[in-house]
Amino acid sequence: MAKVIVVTSGKGGVGKTTSTAALGAALAQRGEKTVVIDFDVGLRNLDLVMGAERRVVYDLVNVIQGDAKLPQALIRDKRVETLFLLPASQTRDKDALTSEGVEIVMETLKRHFDWIICDSPAGIERGATLAMRHADAAVIVTNPEVSSVRDSDRIIGLLDSKTLKAENGERMEKHLLLTRYDPVRAARGDMLKVDDVLEILSIPLLGIIPESMEVLRASNLGTPVTLADKTSAPAMAYEQAARRLAGEIIPVTIPGERRSILAKMFGRRAA
Amino acid sequence: MTESLTETRPIRLKGRSFLALTLTPELPIEAWLASLDDLAGRSAGFFLGRPVVLDLENVDITKAELTGLIAELGKRNVWIMGIEGARPSLIGPGMPPAMKGGRPGPDFEAPSDEPAQQAQAEQPAATGRHPARAVPSIIIREPVRSGQSVIFPEGDVTIIGSVASGAEVVAGGSIHIYGTLRGRALAGTVGNTSARIFCRKLEAELLAIDGLYKTAEDMDRNLRGQAVQFWLEGDAIMAETLN
Repeated sequence: MAKVIVVTSGKGGVGKTTSTAALGAALAQRGEKTVVIDFDVGLRNLDLVMGAERRVVYDLVNVIQGDAKLPQALIRDKRVETLFLLPASQTRDKDALTSEGVEIVMETLKRHFDWIICDSPAGIERGATLAMRHADAAVIVTNPEVSSVRDSDRIIGLLDSKTLKAENGERMEKHLLLTRYDPVRAARGDMLKVDDVLEILSIPLLGIIPESMEVLRASNLGTPVTLADKTSAPAMAYEQAARRLAGEIIPVTIPGERRSILAKMFGRRAA
Repeated sequence: MTESLTETRPIRLKGRSFLALTLTPELPIEAWLASLDDLAGRSAGFFLGRPVVLDLENVDITKAELTGLIAELGKRNVWIMGIEGARPSLIGPGMPPAMKGGRPGPDFEAPSDEPAQQAQAEQPAATGRHPARAVPSIIIREPVRSGQSVIFPEGDVTIIGSVASGAEVVAGGSIHIYGTLRGRALAGTVGNTSARIFCRKLEAELLAIDGLYKTAEDMDRNLRGQAVQFWLEGDAIMAETLN
């Protein structure tokens, strides 16, 4: 049975789509069948970040409205054969998504995949609530700055009230993914520190992705960070986050702080 | 610029609740008015000075009939302060306003046939043995997230966790926060001047007790990050660290 993950944040521009692509690719590389779904109807981006924008024929809205079958809309990744994309429609608006339609799509996907990663649009309206509705777990993408943290807090509240899990009285599993973290600026006090964010949001930490030119370069090339340069700092951070999501217990390293010591430790262990 | 212009005096936004008497008319109206006359006959001043609400939930009545009913009640010194459960089309200008969100209260004792003196004689004794009443309270076991409100006008609120920036806690009584208070806390909102606010770490955006408020800017900087309690002395919010 598939595990459904929603990647959400409330605020826009914090790295939801980048994280969806990177985590999806990392999970698929473990040999597990993974689909990434773009819920941002009208402002789709996941196809670009996945490098599949020229292969989109049908999309999520077509499937929901019965114009296409689900297998026709799914795009298989050319690099990792266990990775699929279900794109959003760019020409419709968010009202084209119906609650019943999304439910049918999710139920069908659950039978065929190990991981379903839903890329939520920004905001707290229909698109965002539908993206989180069927999730088993949530990855909350947050930048180390106050507005992002407050919006994430708002989203956590919605995850605990507006999802199927919450309505059935179950607890939604929540993970914090801190992105665009710059240790130098955090030390200077220009950014919130990791501990500050964790204290405010009080949910477990999935990973810390360092601010890096690598992320932008990979996005523009249409390659998930974890499929680009696998030795880059963000690629390694996402790869570890994906392993934690899959249940592995790996200590989280704060970029720049203890990395050298831990790198040595891991290096020694590997040798 | 005169000095009075720069002096800021906060407006107190106070709440007050009264127990209203609800009248539920029954059809035919004439018969119901007759039984009301019978009730009023036993105690002439029964309706005087009492807020009265008309409940039209299950009454099929036209606008003209309602106007007539209000006039008839007026003749009997029953003044209607609001109408509950009526269709919006029934209520026009010059009529009592529509009311919503009423909650059931204790029943009023109808005037009896027995002499009034006896009842009055018993009253001092009755106040003497006032039954002890437990003050209600609620406990919230998780953090209050941004955008969420905890509203409990009946009494105290205890929160085991933090109150996020953009979240609010509104209590009729005191507020206890075993965590960081980053949002708003409004205690004693139903006119309770003895309500207090306690928090383990103060980062609040706004605090209020009995309608008197203080924003983060007005708070003593030294209190930030401390465990603090707030209470009211006259028109001033007082603060003290708990360590």
